[in-house]
Amino acid sequence: MKADQPIFMHGVILAVFCLGYGVYLALTELAAHDAILARALEDRQNSLAQVIPEQLHDNNPAIDTIVIPDADGNDLTIYRARQGNTVTGVAYETYGSGYAGQMRFMLGIDADGKILGVRVLSHKETPGLGDKIDVKRADWMLQFDGLSLGNPPIEKWAVKKDGGQFDQFTGATITPRGTIDAIRKGLEFFAEHRAQLLENQ
Amino acid sequence: MATSYSRIIRDGLWENNGVLSMLLGMCPTMAMTTSATNALGMGLATAVVMAASSLMVAAFRNYITREVRIPVYILIIAANVTFVDLVMNAWMHELYKVLGLFIPLIVSNCLPLARLEAFAAKEPVLPSFLDGLFMGLGFTLALTMIGSVREIIGAGTLFADASLLFGPAFKFMEIKLMEPDMAILMMILPPGGFLVTGLMVVFKRILDIRAGKGIQMAGAHSV
Repeated sequence: MKADQPIFMHGVILAVFCLGYGVYLALTELAAHDAILARALEDRQNSLAQVIPEQLHDNNPAIDTIVIPDADGNDLTIYRARQGNTVTGVAYETYGSGYAGQMRFMLGIDADGKILGVRVLSHKETPGLGDKIDVKRADWMLQFDGLSLGNPPIEKWAVKKDGGQFDQFTGATITPRGTIDAIRKGLEFFAEHRAQLLENQ
Repeated sequence: MATSYSRIIRDGLWENNGVLSMLLGMCPTMAMTTSATNALGMGLATAVVMAASSLMVAAFRNYITREVRIPVYILIIAANVTFVDLVMNAWMHELYKVLGLFIPLIVSNCLPLARLEAFAAKEPVLPSFLDGLFMGLGFTLALTMIGSVREIIGAGTLFADASLLFGPAFKFMEIKLMEPDMAILMMILPPGGFLVTGLMVVFKRILDIRAGKGIQMAGAHSV
């Protein structure tokens, strides 16, 4: 193309490219939309299956949800496991501060307030040190199964260094501290909203 | 000017390698080489984006005026990255869970932009496509080399979780070389990235000098 074009021609060319690529992306998004939603649902089911045992429910907790504001005022999605009409357990996300930013956990609790399971969903902890909170690397997270807010008593919900009952792991104290903090907060949320969580509507 | 396809391929893969010779795309090089598998996945995704972008720019090269070429190139790269992002999220979800956070970073990789400006803007469609593809594969090669060294020393494994990335058939690639306790953790942390990348650049320079080529710093020469 000639170099001495009127200035608006450059604008037109740019606009045509923007429009063309806009259409290209819109069509891609249209084709991929359903598959992406399906994958997101599968991801949620997989993470829920780790914290709520299958024999506890005959519904699909990933789509049986209610929304309750948490202690910080953010909307928290609660996934509910039911046997028939009775709520047998709930699962929701809880957060803690780690050594390198926020750590997200999925916490499963049965109707009596006992922990069914807790798994880390995302974290940026140091590989080899802080990442022992991932069950793929260590069994540390499994020690919380079956515990509840009264067992051990609330002041024991801390790492040993802080006078609690849980082992920190070698080279990392901040990560387990943040993790236990997150679990305790999750349990307190359950205690506070118990009636609402277990209600059958 | 006659186009030498073998020259394009050799330049892209090794001789004018994007990472080891031109030192472009350092951000994904550092971030994604904590394991050989991540490096390979990131490299292949980048190669797809580069091949598609070079092809498109070469096809439209007579319509893109000089004044607006940079925004158009960036638009094309960003559109292709978004395309790869959506397609991987929908149909290659396991891979996406590992690489998803880093796919948008391809936009900020200056290697694709450099090749569009230096090559695809002037050359016909087929050579441009090959240049994009092989520059991308060269990028993959460099990343995988750096990632392998970091993973072997830093974690004691090689291609761990490759089956997660490419399917169960690739289980054979996963090698455990030593106990994790013997590994030097620093190598998979950021300092290891700088160390290994620097040593790889030195290694390539030594090979170049041995071959009598002297030190090449040809930023981006075309054929």
